[in-house]
Amino acid sequence: MPTPSHTRNPFTSVETPAVGVEIQGLSKNFGRLEVLKDVSFSIEPGEIFVMMGPSGSGKSVLLKHIVGLETPTAGRVMVNGLDATTEAAREQVRMAMVFQAGALFNSLTVYDNLALYLREHQVADENGIKEKVMRALQILSLEQTAQKFPSDLSGGMKKRVAIARALVMEPQLLLYDEPTSELDPVMSATISEIIALLRDEYHVTSLVVTHDRDLALNIADRVGILMDSRLVFLGTPAELRHPSNEKVNSFLNPKIDLKNPRYKKLET
Amino acid sequence: MKQLTHILEGFGSTLQLLLRSLSYIGTLPRQRGRFIEQCYLIGYTTLPIVAILSFFIGSVLALQAGYSMQNFGAKQFIGSLVGLSMARELGPVMVAILLAGRVGSAITAELASMKVYQEIDALVTMNIPPARILVLPRLAAVLVMVPVLAIIADLVGWFGGAIVTKYVSFISIEPEAYFSVLRRYMKFKDVLNGLIKAEVFGFGVVLVCCNIGLNTRGGPREIGAAVTRAVVVSLILILVLDYFVTKALL
Repeated sequence: MPTPSHTRNPFTSVETPAVGVEIQGLSKNFGRLEVLKDVSFSIEPGEIFVMMGPSGSGKSVLLKHIVGLETPTAGRVMVNGLDATTEAAREQVRMAMVFQAGALFNSLTVYDNLALYLREHQVADENGIKEKVMRALQILSLEQTAQKFPSDLSGGMKKRVAIARALVMEPQLLLYDEPTSELDPVMSATISEIIALLRDEYHVTSLVVTHDRDLALNIADRVGILMDSRLVFLGTPAELRHPSNEKVNSFLNPKIDLKNPRYKKLET
Repeated sequence: MKQLTHILEGFGSTLQLLLRSLSYIGTLPRQRGRFIEQCYLIGYTTLPIVAILSFFIGSVLALQAGYSMQNFGAKQFIGSLVGLSMARELGPVMVAILLAGRVGSAITAELASMKVYQEIDALVTMNIPPARILVLPRLAAVLVMVPVLAIIADLVGWFGGAIVTKYVSFISIEPEAYFSVLRRYMKFKDVLNGLIKAEVFGFGVVLVCCNIGLNTRGGPREIGAAVTRAVVVSLILILVLDYFVTKALL
């Protein structure tokens, strides 16, 4: 686990502390559907925490609670000691989220996607904004895409632009929702490297929601596994290699059994 | 009961959106670009269809009035009838209906699409309130552009009536006589009342369409459903408001 650190702002000399996250007894219901049940864990400042779990286990909903897009049915989410549902958390903690599908603004060019936050928060004048945007694009090797629209980009490029957009916000907490989904193995590895690089270079606290076992084992400081809406595993990547929980083991090491396929078991 | 709850929820969320948007009014000067873009979309691009419709509504109004009034020798009053009808009722209502169909539907489609594809969520996580950059410039633009559209609708409608009264054989009134009667019976208050109505309708339409767009949940199918709902709600709103605003202004 990393020592508590400071976000070394990649674009200015300002230093801001990385922030921690505390999730206490979080439950969320959508109507009668229980998506999260009494989930509790914490993320240390500067840590890369990877949350895994089967589809529909509530991972993305958990992320939305941390950025304040959802309100808990029970329990609470604290970011740097502030309730995540409050305006204060959004105003005092710079949080950025890399959405699964990028959530890039389709009517804006890549450059304007990155510049939007800086312009709206009047972080710098146009020259300063240009410098910061081009720097972020350069870190992600995206300089050539500045004037392109999101519709002209490949899946991997969109993910990298989404990360670059998060980076220009100089975040203290960076959340990734399935950053390697729908990418080829090489691009997945590249994205994993970028996530690790951002933490190592800029000490951003990172929470990554993913199905990607390689990503979890290679870059995580700690890993959590959500199954059936509950947190069933919390430990280091080393502990994840030999989980004691049978369900976790079968989730991480699924065997392909052509003689006795799963879908037939589901039918019966 | 469920329907009533749904209507009240919609009313409440629309009011909240209005208040949130107005709380950012101080940011409008630095949103000049967005404001001008919305003025262009709401005003300039709607102008041709407003002009075409107004011309033919004025024409048909003159034609029907001429046909009906010739029997009791009152066709010289066609100018006042067309003038008052366009200024007090048809101009503002027609502009509002065109706004609902053309601009309101586009606003809902754009915002609903941004919501469904998580662009709105991205704005919220960036601490950029959607009400500030997506709603406020549209509300400001509609307030500026709707009176312009309504005045153009009135003028073109009057002109359409003048053409018909001159060239249709069973009416055959010279434009000078037509406009002279129109001026004699029209007061500034009539035009002003029409502009107030247009302003209220246009503002209501844009606000409702923004709210429905921003509250869309689901996938692409819900975007279509949201657009349909926005247009239907806007049309009902225009007609309901028309009665109450007219009564208040009488």
